Amino acid sequence: MDLFLLILLVFMIIGSVIAIETKNLLSSVISVGVVGFSLSIMFLMLGAPDIAITQMVVEILILVILIRATITTDNTAIERHADTFSVISSLIFFGLFLIFAFLAVHELRPFGEPLMRVSKTYLATSAEKTGATNVVTGILLDFRAYDTIGEATVLFTSVVGAFVILRRRGRKHKRESDTEKVGILEDADIKKDFKGF
Amino acid sequence: MHDIEKEIRESKSGMTMIVKTIVRFAMGIIILFGAYIVLYGHLTPGGGFAGGVILACGYIILTLAFGKDIALRKLSDQGASIMDNSGALAFIVIGLLGYTGGYFFLNFIDHGKRFELFSGGIIPLCNIAIALKVTASLFAIFIALAIFGKFISGLVEEEE
Amino acid sequence: MVLYFLSLVLFVMGLYCLVAKKNIVKKIIGITIIEYSINLFLILIGYRRGGVAPILMKDMSVAELVERGVDPLPQALVLTSIVIGLGVLALMVGVCLRLYEKYKTFDMSEINRLRG
Repeated sequence: MDLFLLILLVFMIIGSVIAIETKNLLSSVISVGVVGFSLSIMFLMLGAPDIAITQMVVEILILVILIRATITTDNTAIERHADTFSVISSLIFFGLFLIFAFLAVHELRPFGEPLMRVSKTYLATSAEKTGATNVVTGILLDFRAYDTIGEATVLFTSVVGAFVILRRRGRKHKRESDTEKVGILEDADIKKDFKGF
Repeated sequence: MHDIEKEIRESKSGMTMIVKTIVRFAMGIIILFGAYIVLYGHLTPGGGFAGGVILACGYIILTLAFGKDIALRKLSDQGASIMDNSGALAFIVIGLLGYTGGYFFLNFIDHGKRFELFSGGIIPLCNIAIALKVTASLFAIFIALAIFGKFISGLVEEEE
Repeated sequence: MVLYFLSLVLFVMGLYCLVAKKNIVKKIIGITIIEYSINLFLILIGYRRGGVAPILMKDMSVAELVERGVDPLPQALVLTSIVIGLGVLALMVGVCLRLYEKYKTFDMSEINRLRG
C-alpha cells in the first residue's frame, strides 16, 4: 500500500518536471493532466471516493480550459534564456525551504495515525444527527454549512470576474434599449425561445 | 422539434458527423449519471459539487460537438444566469428557514429512515441547490471563454 | 514521513515554475501544481492505516465506522477547495487571453517592456 502510494507520487513528480521544463505548451498542458489523474487515483487509494470523483471530473474541465488558452494562440517556446541570477537565487531559497520542511515533517504525527479528536464525534453522530450516511456530505451541508456559503460566494465572484474581463469593450453609452441587450444571444429566435423562462 | 433536428443535421458548425452522433447518444447518459450523483449524494459518494461539475461537462461537450448556436439554444447564458442565481437563493432560503427552529442552517425537516432516498432532512435539497449553482457557473465561464466576448462587442459596435 | 516530504517537493516545484518561468501559461500551470500538492498533503494527514471511506454502509455499525473510518474533516474542506480552484483557474485563463490579445505574446518580460 505504502509502496504503491510512493510509486504514484514519484510518477506525479516526474510528470510535473516534464510539465515545467518542456518547450511546447500543449505537451506541457497534457503533462498537467497526467499529474491530475494520478492524484485522482491517489485520493481513491487514500479512502476518499468523493474527492476522487470530483478531482477526475474537474481535471477534464481544467484540460479543456487550458487547451482553450493554448490551441488558438502562438504556442512556440520563448527562446530567450531566463536571467541566471533569479533562477539560482530561487533554487537556493527552495533548497533551504526543503531542509526546513524535512525538519518540520518529523514533528508531525506519523503517517497513518491521525489525531481525530473532533472527527470521531462527527463520525459517531453524523448518521443520527443529520440523517446522512455519507459523513462528508453531512459535514459539508449540516455541521459546517457556513463554509459552503463562502464557497458559493467565491464561485459567483469568479463568474462575474470572468464575464467582466472577457467583455471586449466597456459599454460607454447607456440607452433605454440596453436592458434588452444584456445577454450574449445572437438571433432573435433564440431570444424568443427563452421569453417564457 | 423536427426542424431543430433538421437544422442540427444540416449545420456546418462543430465537429464531424461521427462525433455528433456519439454525443447525441452519450448526452442522455451523462445527464442521467449527473442527476444520480446529485440525488444520492447523502447516501453514496458524490454530492452537489461532483454532480454539478458532471452536468456542466455534459453541456460543455454539447458546445464542443455542435457549436455554440445549438448549445445556446439548449441553455442560453441568460438561462444560466437565472439558474445560478436561483441556486444560490434557494441555498440561502433553506438556511434562513432554519430560524423557524432556532438558528441558521438548522436541519428542520424530519430525518426519516436511514439508507432511504428521502432522508437526511435539508441535505438533499441543499445538494440540488448547489448542483444548480455549480452547473450554471461553470457553463457560463466556459461560454464566456469560448465565445470570447464576440456578441457583446458586436452589440456595442452596432450601437456606436 | 516520506510521503509528506514528497508532497512538499511537489509544492516547491510548482513554486519554482511560478517564480522562474517567463511564460504566463507556465505560471498558471505552476499554480495548478501547487494546488494539487496542498490538497494531497491535507488528505495524507487525515489518512488512517487500514481505514475505510467515511460512509456508513448497511452491513456496518456506527461503532465500527468510528473504529476504522478515515478523517472526514479534511475531505470536506478539500472538496470545496477543488471547485474553487477551477473557478480561479478559469479567471486566470481569462486574464491571460486578454493579455495575449493586447500584446500578441505570452512573454512576461516582453509585456513589461511593451508597457513601459
